[in-house]
Amino acid sequence: MKQNSVAVVGAAETTKMGKIPDVSVIGLHADAALNAMADAGLKPSDIDGVATAGISPVELAHYLGIKPTYADGTSVGGCSFMLHVRHAAAAINAGLAKTILITHGESGRSRVGAGGFGRAPSSLMGQFEMPYGVTSPPTMFTIPVLRYMKTYGVTEADLANVAVVQREWAALNPRASFKDPITVDDVLNSPMIAWPFRMLMCCLVTDGGGALILTSADRAKDFPQKPVYILGTGESVETPLISQMYDFTSSTAFKISGKKAFDEAGISHADVDHLMIYDAFAHLPLYGLEDLGFCKPGEAKDFIRERNTAIGGKLPLNTNGGGLSYMHSGMYGMYALQESVRQMRGTAAAQVKDAKISIAHGVGGMFAASGTIVFTNEK
Amino acid sequence: MARILPEPTPETRHFWDGCRDGELRLQRCTDCNHTYFPPRAFCPSCASRKVEVYAASGRGVLWSYVINHRPRQDMGTEPYAIAVVKLDEGPTMMTNIVGCPQTPEALVLDMAVKVRFEKQTDDISLPLFEPAQS
Repeated sequence: MKQNSVAVVGAAETTKMGKIPDVSVIGLHADAALNAMADAGLKPSDIDGVATAGISPVELAHYLGIKPTYADGTSVGGCSFMLHVRHAAAAINAGLAKTILITHGESGRSRVGAGGFGRAPSSLMGQFEMPYGVTSPPTMFTIPVLRYMKTYGVTEADLANVAVVQREWAALNPRASFKDPITVDDVLNSPMIAWPFRMLMCCLVTDGGGALILTSADRAKDFPQKPVYILGTGESVETPLISQMYDFTSSTAFKISGKKAFDEAGISHADVDHLMIYDAFAHLPLYGLEDLGFCKPGEAKDFIRERNTAIGGKLPLNTNGGGLSYMHSGMYGMYALQESVRQMRGTAAAQVKDAKISIAHGVGGMFAASGTIVFTNEK
Repeated sequence: MARILPEPTPETRHFWDGCRDGELRLQRCTDCNHTYFPPRAFCPSCASRKVEVYAASGRGVLWSYVINHRPRQDMGTEPYAIAVVKLDEGPTMMTNIVGCPQTPEALVLDMAVKVRFEKQTDDISLPLFEPAQS
């Protein structure tokens, strides 16, 4: 895409976060959308493009009374919103729409108006994975990790440390679900979920939502908020089956998406001031740091242990507390994008001083898909 | 509660018929010789439709796994390993490891395993794996 040609002019999360038993899935989408429209000073009639995952863009548009010229229902899991941003940027440049709303809402915890989790027994997952006792993501997303650990000498304590450092960030965020400090021992003594994964290495399950509004950079300066420009974007998809991941020690989709985003943005790793890596589980930031090229294979554990990603480090990572401590409704990518936008606006709870470039990198499914957005607040 | 079982499709029927008949069947491209899994009617490496089904060795190594401590209802009440084996012919395959304790000590990466078919219904047997003498 064309660098800095499109900007985020509206961004907001749901009014409440965590446990919201009185709002359904579609209601969470709408709450986030209304908050983002208020943030941008817009009404539904000002929106001419919609994108969402989890529900259909048809449901979203009709619920809000939007009659769009552009609809994107890309649904590849939790990074769908990164792909929506990418597609929206291209669509705005191509003249398909002027002002695009992207929403997420999920009743992950309360399950109000939420569908079930299941796969048809004739699908590839139904035939070749479900019979062996997989349940929810903790028993699938985690399967490659022992191979990664053996290949690079990564220990359970290294995995635990990812959660410990992110809790330090969460402590600075009033909206984070978990704020109390934890130690590596706390993580290693938390209940076993799917060996080698303990509870505190797994994301939260909460309710919430978020929404973004994008328009052309030319129009963006007329909006009330400081524009956050889209400098580069990437996406890729890999496999619907965790057992068929090309390489158990690295995400091919991460590498492709990340490289494309860096190339589009024309930046080097040293230019990045702030980073979000979708952390459904503690191994995701390790794979992400390596596959995006911030660390060599096997070195992310040391990079985190040496506190490069912690408060005061050279590469602040998951500064909202992440899926491990902030919130995780099921498709967390929207919250990573929201934190990148806050950092670029200068309004984050744990604000990185003078940050000019932020990357939000997402995963979809169990290493099934990936999306990467490079933001900047300078044009 | 009955175990969740696969429902074969025309493209995968040969695989499940093989499991029923005690044979682990893979597919191989007759143009580029690539062996692949899961089943499909063409080669994912070169896109050729000239592919054949053959009986694999049924041997491989334990590639990676987790031990699920929150058993799915149809899987009993004890923790069990959900594993991926790397077959000698190249592909990886999800399975369970049977015939050994479901512990990190007993389940060592790269240990040799061989297939053991476990009958579920007249139509479906699952390809599980057990430790093998290498």
